[in-house]
Amino acid sequence: MVVDKISEPQSNKKPVRLFLLLGVLAIVWWLAYHYIQPLSQWFVYKLLRIPAGSHLGESLAFFFYDVPKILLLLSGMIFLISILRTFFTPERTRKLLGGKREGVGNVLAAMLGIVTPFCSCSAVPLFIGFVESGIPLGVTFSFLIAAPTINEVAVVMLLGLVGWKVMLLYILSGLVIAILAGILIGRMKLESGVEDFVWQIQAAETSFDERLTWEARIHRAAGSVKEIVGKVWLYVIIGIAVGAAIHGYVPEAALAAVMGKQAWWSVPAAVLLGIPLYSNAAGVIPVVSALMEKGASLGTVLAFMMSVVGLSLPEMIILRRVLKPKLLGIFIAILAAAFILIGYLFNLVL
Amino acid sequence: MDIKILGGGCANCKRLEQIARKVAAENQIDASFEDVKDFAEIMKFGVMSTPALVVNGKVLCSGRVPDENEVTAWLKAA
Repeated sequence: MVVDKISEPQSNKKPVRLFLLLGVLAIVWWLAYHYIQPLSQWFVYKLLRIPAGSHLGESLAFFFYDVPKILLLLSGMIFLISILRTFFTPERTRKLLGGKREGVGNVLAAMLGIVTPFCSCSAVPLFIGFVESGIPLGVTFSFLIAAPTINEVAVVMLLGLVGWKVMLLYILSGLVIAILAGILIGRMKLESGVEDFVWQIQAAETSFDERLTWEARIHRAAGSVKEIVGKVWLYVIIGIAVGAAIHGYVPEAALAAVMGKQAWWSVPAAVLLGIPLYSNAAGVIPVVSALMEKGASLGTVLAFMMSVVGLSLPEMIILRRVLKPKLLGIFIAILAAAFILIGYLFNLVL
Repeated sequence: MDIKILGGGCANCKRLEQIARKVAAENQIDASFEDVKDFAEIMKFGVMSTPALVVNGKVLCSGRVPDENEVTAWLKAA
């Protein structure tokens, strides 16, 4: 019954009921979120009678607490983020970026990269649309780096599993990398590295835009929650299961030697390893957060995370359609170097 | 009715086409379908995010997969 109401599009009949339903859902969400921990402990220690403090008990309590917590957090936060994103479209972002200078343009592009809805399959029309309307190449790249790197699933899972400080560090590092790498690419004057056909495309004068009611925004946001959570929930569960096993069974500080600050090679190794692991950010973060508990250092972990989401093989293959191999190579090299630098920086400072 | 699906052929484009075909069949709408995969062509519609649905030359949505009810309303109105 309840689900039917959500999927009914733009019914002008009863908007009040939609808002009421939203209010009820928010209260249920809040209550559920607050009772997961006692419930999960009661379930594992009392109902399954596994003693607290045992390896199995610790692992199971961790699993049954984190899975519902992360799924709830993902649903709630992605709903809010998606509402925000209905106010931003690539078309509007392009308008905002038009005529901006280097520097200001790069900063704005990186920030808009976070809030503008973006899917890597749209990278090509977006790239053409930006470049063709006169937005400088460096500014376009700032957007193209920030958009996938600072992605909603990664950010919410970092918040839920590692904490808001690391989440903030992650967002800020991603922004700084997107801005600086964009400026660098802009300075290198690489316009000739863009495939020639891009410069010949004549885009339409007018661009698609639409006005949305609050109801429509809510429907869209509910749709994205269903789509995104539907896509990642299995990875979340598998990731947390592996993380829970590490949490319960791996001794403290076991990883300090391989993934700690002293192992200088662990940062570049983490970046290299992260490239093929794309689209599994949802499964990778729980494992990584458990590794941090056991002595993996923050810099190494952040570098790995950025590489997993920011440098992905499928996106590079898509970008190859508009970038000649040389420019694509430079782009990958700059990003990889930036992630490695961030890793060393945080290992040094923290 | 002339229906175009704009997009490079990713999973979302295919889902959009399936929905549009299903809705057209259910409502006995006589429609011709075309996949526009060429980016020069896509850009002519002023679209920067795919998939996009174009009916009789008019862009109706871009950057998302609409649900069946929305598509039904559009096709009936066109």
